[in-house]
Amino acid sequence: MNGLANALMASFGKDVVADENATPATFTVPAERFADAANILRESYAFLCAEWAADDTNSGRGYSVYACYRAGSEYLIVRAELSRDNPEFPSLVKHFVPAYRFERQIRSLMGVIPSGHPDSRPWIKFEDWPEDAWPLRKSFDAATKMPRLDGQYAWLRAEGEGVYEIPVGPVHAGIIEPGHFRFQAVGETIINLEERLGYVHKGIEKRFESMTWETAVKLAGRVSGDTTVAHSMAYCMALESMTHSDVPVRAKWLRALFLERERIANHIGDIGAICNDAAFAFMIYQCSRLKEVMIANNLKLFGHRFMMDRVIPGGVTVDIDAAAKQEILTELDYLSEQFDVIVRIYEESSSLEDRVRNTGILTSELARELCTVGIVARASGLNVDCRVHNPFPPYDSIGIVSPVLTAGDVHARVWVRVEEIRDSIRLIRRILGQIPHSPIAARCNTPLPETTGFAAVEGWRGEIIYWLACGQKGEINRCMVRDPSSVNWLALEQAIKGNIVPDFPLCNKSFNQSYSGHDL
Amino acid sequence: MIRILRQILRTGIVTCKCPQIDDPNIRVTGINLENSVKKRFRRSLSVREVDSGSCNGCELEIHAINNPVYDCEKLGIHFTASPRFADVLLVTGPVTKNMEIALKRTYDAVPSPKIVIAVGDCGCNGGIFGESYASLGGIDKVIPVNIYIPGCPPTPTDILNGFYKIFL
Repeated sequence: MNGLANALMASFGKDVVADENATPATFTVPAERFADAANILRESYAFLCAEWAADDTNSGRGYSVYACYRAGSEYLIVRAELSRDNPEFPSLVKHFVPAYRFERQIRSLMGVIPSGHPDSRPWIKFEDWPEDAWPLRKSFDAATKMPRLDGQYAWLRAEGEGVYEIPVGPVHAGIIEPGHFRFQAVGETIINLEERLGYVHKGIEKRFESMTWETAVKLAGRVSGDTTVAHSMAYCMALESMTHSDVPVRAKWLRALFLERERIANHIGDIGAICNDAAFAFMIYQCSRLKEVMIANNLKLFGHRFMMDRVIPGGVTVDIDAAAKQEILTELDYLSEQFDVIVRIYEESSSLEDRVRNTGILTSELARELCTVGIVARASGLNVDCRVHNPFPPYDSIGIVSPVLTAGDVHARVWVRVEEIRDSIRLIRRILGQIPHSPIAARCNTPLPETTGFAAVEGWRGEIIYWLACGQKGEINRCMVRDPSSVNWLALEQAIKGNIVPDFPLCNKSFNQSYSGHDL
Repeated sequence: MIRILRQILRTGIVTCKCPQIDDPNIRVTGINLENSVKKRFRRSLSVREVDSGSCNGCELEIHAINNPVYDCEKLGIHFTASPRFADVLLVTGPVTKNMEIALKRTYDAVPSPKIVIAVGDCGCNGGIFGESYASLGGIDKVIPVNIYIPGCPPTPTDILNGFYKIFL
C-alpha cells in the first residue's frame, strides 16, 4: 500500500520530510533532488499523474513545485520549495514523458523554470503574449488586458522528397472544440502529427482563486461541460477531504448514480460518432437517439440535462423517490435491449470492422510510457480505474467490472466503452436496489489556512485529479485541475503515426479528449 | 443488412414536434432581411458553428439539435463545414484571447447577408468565466451579434427557438 513512500524514504533518508497532515502522503525534498525522486519512484513502477507549481509568496515563501505519482492504489506527492527570485527545478522529462507538457505549462503560466527541459516553446500561452506575463503568479492581476505582440509558433518540420504538410484547425469542420493539428505526410501516410492546443484557455485556474469555496463548484462543473458531474465531484471530494467533512451516505450513492449516467450517455454518443467517422451513419442516429432518451430523463428527474450543479460540497441537491427509481429502471431496460441490438449490428458489419481494427494502435508499452489514463489506457492493456483502485462508497461494495483490452486500436477503444456501458447499467440497477436512506447533504466545513486537499475521480474519460490549497486568509490559494486529456492528448500523437490521413478523424474520435479540460 | 433494415423499421420516426415559442429570453438586434431572403432562409439555412472558448456543454446541445429527436434539418437548417457556404454563424463562448483572431477570420469569410447567433450564457456575456486576461467576454466584444440565446447550456428547444427568430 505504501511501497512508493517506503522506497522514497529508504533512498532519501534525512533528505525527505513527510507532511503528516496532508492526504495523500506528501514529501518535501530539496529542489535539486526533485528529479532523483522521480527516478526512484519510476523504479518502483509509479506513473506520473500530474505536475504543477504553486505561488506561496502570499505566505511569505517562494514557489513550490509538485509532482503527483500513482502506483496501484497508492498516490504520493513529492514537493520541492523554490526560491522567490530564481525559481528553478530539475526537469522530470528524462524519467516521465508526460512531464514534457506539464513543465512547458508550468514555465509558461507560472514562470518557474524546469532546467534541462528540451523544449522552450510556450504551451497554452501563445507566442503573441508578452514573455513575462505569468498569469498564475500572485503578482499578476487577473483583469490585465493582455497586449498582442508578434510571434510565431516554431513548428517541428519534416523535410525530404515528397513530404508535405497539412494544417488543420483551430476551427474544425464539425461541431467540435478548437485546436490545431499539423500533419507531415508522405503520400497518404502520416509520418508525424504535432498538436497545438491552448485555444480555449479561459484562465480557469486563475478564476478559481477569485471565488469562494462554495461558489467554485459551479466553475469546476464547467471545466469540461461533458464531464460536469465528475469534475464537480472531484472538486467537492477534494474540499471535503481537506476539511474532514462527512458526506451523508445517500449523497455518495446518488453521486455514483449521476457519475454512471454521465458515463453511459457520453459513451453511447462516442460509439455513434466513431462509427459515423467511418461513414456508418446508421449508428450515429441510433446512438444519439438512445443518448437523448437518457439526457431527456435527466432533465425530468434531476432538473438539468447534464446534471450540472447537482453535486455540491457536502452532498447533492436532488434526491430520487420510488417513482423516479421505477422510471430509471424502465429506461435502463429499454436502453440495454436496444443497445444490444445495435452492438450486434456493429459487430456484424465487416466493412466497419475493416476500418476500426488495426487502426490507430497505441501499444501497451507506449500507453505505459505516456502514463495514459481512463478508456485510452484500458484499451491498451493498462488496468487503471480509480473506481477499482481507490474506491469510495458505494464503489467499495458494489463490485466494478473494469474491462481491459490489449489491442490498443480504435475497435478496442470502442469495445471498452461497450463493456463499460453494460457494467454501468448493472451498477445503476444495484445502486437503485440498495441505496440507503439518509439526508442528501450536510454542512461542509470551512478549510483551515495552509491546508491542502486532493481527490481523484474516474470520470467517463478517465481519472480526474483536483488539488486544492488554502491560503493564509482562508481563501483558495491554488486549485490544480488535471483532466484526463492533459496526458491522453500525447497518446494521440503517437497512435496516429503510420496511419493514413483519412483515418485521423476516426482515431481522434476514438480518443475523444477534451480541449477545454486540457487548456483550462 | 437485414438487421439494420429491421432496426430502422422498428425504430420508426422519433422526431418530436418542437414547440415554436416566441421566447422573451432570446434577444434579437438588428436583423434587416428582405422578405424574399427570409422566405429562402426558411427552407434552407446553412450554419457554421464556431467554438470560441466554450466548455463543450453548448456543443453537446448543438449536436443534440442534429439528432433524430430534434432533427433541425426538417426546418432546413443544415450545418456546413466551410464558413464560405454559411448564412449563419453559431458561436459559443466566451471568446478567448487565443481564439479572437480565428473567430474574426471566420466571420470575415462568411458572405453577406450574415447572421450571428451567440449561444449560451458565456456567449452572451462571458458567463462564469467573465472577462480576464484570457477571456474577452461575450461574442459581441469581437464580432456583431444578432441573436442571443442564454442558458447554461441552452436546451435544444431554446436553440431552435433562436433560429425561429430569423424567420419571424
